[in-house]
Formats: sequence, C-alpha cells, structure tokens
Amino acid sequence: MAEHNGSGHAYHTESHSAAHDNHPDPEELRTFGFWIYLMTDVILFGTLFAAYIVLRGNTNGGPGPEELFQMGGIITSTFILLTSSFTSGLAVLAMHKGNRQALMGWLSVTALLGATFIVLEVREFIHLVHEGATIGTSAFLSAFFTLVGTHGLHVSLGLVWMIALIIQLAKHGITPVTKRKVNVISLFWHFLDVIWIFVFTIVYLMGVS
Amino acid sequence: MWEKVKSFASDFFVTGDPLIYGADVSIVLAAISIVFVMTYFKKWGWLWREWLTSVDHKKIGIMYILASFLMLFRGGVDALLMRAQLVVPEMEFLTPDHYNQIFTTHGVIMILFMAMPFMFGLFNVIVPLQIGARDVAFPFLNALSFWLFFSGAMLFNLSFVIGGSPDAGWLAYPPYSGLMHNPGPGQDFYIWGIQISGIGSLMTGINFIVTILKMRAPGMKLMKMPMFPWSVLSSCIAIIFSFPILTATLALLFLDRYAGAHFFTLDGGGNPMMYINLIWMWGHPEVYIIVLPAFGIFSEIVSTFAKKKLFGYKSMVYAMMIISILSFLVWAHHFFTMGSGADVNAFFALTTMLIAIPTGAKVFNWLFTMFRGKITFETPMLWTIGFIPCFVTGGMTGVLLSVAPADFQFHNSYFLVAHFHHVIIGGVVFGYFAGLYYWWPKLFGFKLHERIGKWAFWLWNIGFYLCFMPQYALGLMGMTRRVATYGWDKGWWEMNLVSTIGAGLMGIAFVVQVWQIVYSVKHLRKDRTGDPWNGRTLEWSIPSPAPLYNFATLPQVTAQDEWWEEKLLRDNGQSSSVPPALEPIHMPKNSGIPFVMSMFWFAAGFGFVFQWLWLIIAGLVGVAVCMLVHSFNYDNDYYISVDEIKRTEAAIREVPN
Repeated sequence: MAEHNGSGHAYHTESHSAAHDNHPDPEELRTFGFWIYLMTDVILFGTLFAAYIVLRGNTNGGPGPEELFQMGGIITSTFILLTSSFTSGLAVLAMHKGNRQALMGWLSVTALLGATFIVLEVREFIHLVHEGATIGTSAFLSAFFTLVGTHGLHVSLGLVWMIALIIQLAKHGITPVTKRKVNVISLFWHFLDVIWIFVFTIVYLMGVS
Repeated sequence: MWEKVKSFASDFFVTGDPLIYGADVSIVLAAISIVFVMTYFKKWGWLWREWLTSVDHKKIGIMYILASFLMLFRGGVDALLMRAQLVVPEMEFLTPDHYNQIFTTHGVIMILFMAMPFMFGLFNVIVPLQIGARDVAFPFLNALSFWLFFSGAMLFNLSFVIGGSPDAGWLAYPPYSGLMHNPGPGQDFYIWGIQISGIGSLMTGINFIVTILKMRAPGMKLMKMPMFPWSVLSSCIAIIFSFPILTATLALLFLDRYAGAHFFTLDGGGNPMMYINLIWMWGHPEVYIIVLPAFGIFSEIVSTFAKKKLFGYKSMVYAMMIISILSFLVWAHHFFTMGSGADVNAFFALTTMLIAIPTGAKVFNWLFTMFRGKITFETPMLWTIGFIPCFVTGGMTGVLLSVAPADFQFHNSYFLVAHFHHVIIGGVVFGYFAGLYYWWPKLFGFKLHERIGKWAFWLWNIGFYLCFMPQYALGLMGMTRRVATYGWDKGWWEMNLVSTIGAGLMGIAFVVQVWQIVYSVKHLRKDRTGDPWNGRTLEWSIPSPAPLYNFATLPQVTAQDEWWEEKLLRDNGQSSSVPPALEPIHMPKNSGIPFVMSMFWFAAGFGFVFQWLWLIIAGLVGVAVCMLVHSFNYDNDYYISVDEIKRTEAAIREVPN
C-alpha cells in the first residue's frame, strides 16, 4: 500500500477490498482509535481545568487575573487559532478533491498560524514572568501556567506532526495512509481549538470579568 | 577527583544497609550471568528478533506475565519483610524509615507492576483468540505499551539500589510527598516510574477497546461474545477515563517538586486535599479495572468446568458495565474523615453500597452456572471456587467500611488493610492465577502439573486466611496501618504472629508454583488437541500454541459458545462443510522502535529523577526521533503466503494425535 498515486481515488481497487474483506480497513481502525485517544485527552484537560477552578482564587497575596491578563493579545491569538482551525478544514476539503498542492498549501497555512499562536503565547508567558508572576508565585499561577502551557504543548507537538505530514504528502501523495493522517491531525487541531475556547472562557474571560 | 567520585557515589547509590548490599551483589551477579549465558549460547540475535522487536500479541502477553511474576516476587519479599518486622512487638529488624519504603514499594509494585501487567498479559494472549482475530487493532502500539510498562517498572525498581526508595505510601499523599518533606529522589522515581508505565496502560486501554469493538470474527455480535472480552471491554472503558487523571495528577505533583509550583503544597495557596481527591478518582476505578477481568476469567472457567452455558449472560454484561460506571462515583469513600460533611459522605456511602448489587448478581450467576453442572475440580476451577467465599466475605467487609459514620472507626486501621487484601488477593490474584492455569496450555502447548498445583492452591488459601483474618480483629483492637512496630502492652502480638505465619505460607505457596512450572516443563507432556479442558470458546478451536496468524481462516460465528456448539454438531455428524479457501494473511512487521523509544523514555525519566537536564533533553529528543522515524516508515506490513500457511498448518497436524 506504499505505492503512491497523486490523484487520490484510484487506490481503492487493489489494496483494500480483496485480501481481507472480513477485516475492517486498518486506516478506519486508526481513526477510531484516535477518537478514543481524544476522549482521554478531554479527561486530561478536564483534570487541569478542575485544578484551575479550585485554585484560581488562591493568589497567595500575589497578582490575580485582572492585573495580569492583557486581553488584546489574547483575543488576537484566539482569532489566529480559530482561523487555523478553519484552514485545516480547507485542507481536508482539498484532500477530498484530490488536490495535493492545495492540501499541502492549506496545511502549511495552518501550521504557520499555529506557530504564530505559540509565539504569542510564549511572549505572554515571558511578559508574565517579567511582571514577577511565575509558576511558583501562587497556586493560581501554577494552575494557570500548567493549563495554558499544556494546551500550548499540544499545539507545538501538533505543529511538528503537521510539518512531518506535509513532507510525507510531498513524498507519497494522497494515499489511504496519508489521507487518514490528514484526517486525524485535523481532528486533533479542531479538538485543540475547542479546548482553547474553554481556556479563553474560563481562564481569561471569567478571570477579568 | 577520587573524592568527588566517592561523594557522588555515596549519594547516588543507597548505602549503609546490609540487605541492600546483598541485593546489589545479587543484581550484579544475575546481570553478569544473564549476559554470559546469552553470549555463550549466542542468543542475543534471537532475543532481539523474536522478543524485543516482536509485535505479536501472544509474545507480548507472555512477556507481560513473565514480568508480573518477577514483580510478584519482589512485592512478595517486601510483604514478608514487613510481616517479619511485625511478628513480635518491639522488633528491630527494619528501621521505621526502611519500613516506610517497603510498604510503599509493596503497594505500588503489587498494583501497578504486578496486577496490571498480569492483567494486560492475559488480555493480550487471550482476547484476540477468543474473538477470532489475528492480532490486536494496533500491534505496534501494543508493543510500545509493553515496553513503556517495562521501562517504568525498571525505573521504579532501580530506586531500591540507586537514590533511595519512595516512602510516602502507594498513593504518595502530599504534603509528605512534596519537596519540603521528601527531598530525596525516591519520590521522583515513583512519579516517573508510574507516569511512563501509565502512558503504556492508557494506550493498551484504547487498543483493546478498538480490538473488541472492531475486530470480532464475522457473525460474532457483541451479545455473542465470550464473557472475558466483555470484562476486558468494561475494564478498558474504566482505563481510558481514569488513567488520564493519574497522568495529570502525577504531572502536577511533579511540577510541585521540580518547578516549585503550588498545587499541593502547604504554602503558596496549594491544596493537598485536592491531590487526595484526584488520585482516588483514578485509584478507585483502578481497583475495578483490575478486578473486572478476573470476573470475566471466572465466568469462562465456571462454564467450562461445570459443562454448562454461563447462567445469566446478559445480567453479567450489564453488571460489569454498571460496575465500570459506578466505579467513578465512589472515590470519596477513601477519605470520609476528610470533613466534607454529612451530605457528601452520605452520597458516596450510598454509591459504594450500590456496587455490591451488580457484584452480588454476578456471584449468584456463577453459583447458578455450577448448579446441576457436572463439575470437575481441576486447578482453574479450584481457584474459582476458592475465590467465591473469599470475595464475598471481603466484599461484605467493604460494605461495612462504606458506612460513613462507622468508617471513622475503621479508617486506616488494619481492618481496612485486611479488607483490601481480601478482595484484591481473593479476587484479582486468585482470578489471574485461575486464568493462567486455564490458558497455560493454550500459551505453551502443555498443562501445568495438577497435583503440585493443588498444593499451591491449598497453601495459598490457608496462608491467606491465616494472614488476613486476624488483621480484621487487630484493626478493631486499634492497630493502625503502616505502624512500624508496637508495644507488648497492646495485646496484639498473638494475632500478628498468626498473620506472619500465614504470610509465610503464601510465600511457600509461591515457591511451590514456581516449582510447579519448572516441574511441568521438565516432564513436559505435550497437549496435541489444542482443547485440553473441553472448552467452549474459539481459542480452543485452534492448535496450542497458536500459530503466528492465529486462525488460518477466520471463523464464522453463529453461537455464544461457538466452539462447544461446533463440537456438538461434529459429534452428531453435522459438522460444517469444507473450510473456506486459504487467502494470504496480512500481518504487521516487527519493529525495534517500541523498545528503543521506551529506553529513551527510561533515560528521560532517570534524568528527571536526578534533575540532569542533559539526560532529560537527550531522552526526550530520542523519543521524538523514534516517533518521527515510525511516522515516516510506510513499510510496516507484509503478507503470509497461502503456501506458507499450508506448510505451517501441515506441520501442526503432522504430529500424531
């Protein structure tokens, strides 16, 4: 199945139907497995959100959310991440049309937007540290840095993965394997977007209101 | 220079205890002899090709079980050391510090590095065979899970000789497990050993859910699936919802220790009770995770050895699913004394009592399956029958503990210690032993010696009751858990003496089991039938041990006890016609990446323990590179040709029946 053909749809006949009609398509299994992984990640973030909500009042005499958060930058990065989710959707649409160039293009745009988001987040963290608000300042800040940082770590890993996938697309074209990989990373990307909406609401909006 | 090395070594290695020096010597000797034997017989290549890189679920399962037996030995020695310290009052065998380390490692090892791998081993070797599949859904991931478990377990065990063992109890409650009170590396070994193996457990959970939901043989509707895969499914559902909580919680504890965060510290606004809530949100489902598969094993064994269809199939399924869900709603019963108020305690007391209902239904189902059956008492069935009274009484003391007001008396006493050993040994350990004895012939192609097995069974059982029944009384008399010693004036010593004798009997029983395996290998009597117990489910329809691809042609399932029904048809001369034609079989290729990646995780974990940044970075970069290499590898499967299947099948059948 490593044979590649750029056009996308012609692969079906050979590799999947004949040899194992009793068995589910392995790529379908992997996508299903990834959905379950996402459920576990929901629990992971759920735990961090719970910790944040429990600890957010415990500022230990240090700065609280209203003093620290600069909503302008946060709203910008929120829109950047939402847009990247949209472009990753466009990438999937291009894939379904069998258009490899557009697929790789939109994935690159998505990755760039993701990278911009990370840069903004790192700058925000650096700003906070300069303000004297570090992970060790108070329980509130411990929970804040951990929750937001874990999301950022997910986005960063997604970036590495996306770049690796763009290279693979250049090498192999649109095959059942790369197709599944694009689907899966786009799921992951939308998932991170949803998590961010919760971060934005619970951490930032409810923090400054 | 020499002085520097000396001062480093005296911090790095655990010093000053003759027991540990003895262990050092034996570890070095064992390592040298393994290396020597492997090199002498030129087995390194074999080890690498056949085992370390294998993605075959049967081999991975065997490695899990082997590892769990080693861990059972280590955890058992810990237990015996504790019982030796408590045998009489004012004993000075172990110092209190050392005693703390030993009960900590005993608990962690028995639950996470003995019960979990034993369970995963049985999942691996049996589930695909029972559902008529050729492997699990994700064979590569499966190998990775095993090796992550293995490196986590090794990292944890290393603390015994390097750096020092953790000593904050098996769940490491802060603030004692925090940096302020516990600066040594022991607690970091705990965090990273469990974290690394926990990621493996989580992935196994995902793997088996997909395997069971998507890979069943044609015709096997969920409600025709054998009971063991059902139990695995319910257990894996609990795994995927609870293990992320563990991962997050340990990560927070790690941040407290490593980055100076204030999640669970006493200062900075931290909240230690939050840790206790979080860890039990994982910890309570965890005990159901390990006991549910045991329920599945007993269901299989009871119906095989009573020669009857399982009674109440549907109620068994519902019971396990309900247990799986309820297990998430009871965590606070571990700390009724926290002071959350009567309403909260009442809720958790009620949910806890509710769990007794589905569990009770299962016990009655097993009993009704035996009712009017033609029961035979081979070792798997003995363990099953031994389990029922043991688990019922252990469960009832659990209901006693769930009464919140009464729990203020029982809490953290030996009554509790007796209770959880009662259900975990009587349920989990007996269950996995039963499963191992039952499926051993499927794994290796020969039965274990029955008579020695019966000795082991009786020694275990008598030892068990002698050891733990007195502990209930001790608890009521005021002896609290984790005390390192007690005075003559307490009036506890007679019961403690009996308890220690019981523990010794269980130790002897373990030795008898090892002897049983050695003896059975030496006097090997090959089972040619593939179905030595007259079994009912698909795993018995294929030769033992199963060929690489398990099923030459995938079975078409029509009934719940498919293989039993098939045998009935054959006896009536109505056997299903010619088997379908062979087709090439699609198989995953072996891969060294899971092993190598896990070694990098080990390195990173070791770096975190000693805060060696270079090793952390090297380890994590290695992990990332391994993942990328795997992602870029598009050549990871192959086909077994029809000719080769024919040759393999012929070679199996060639042997005279």
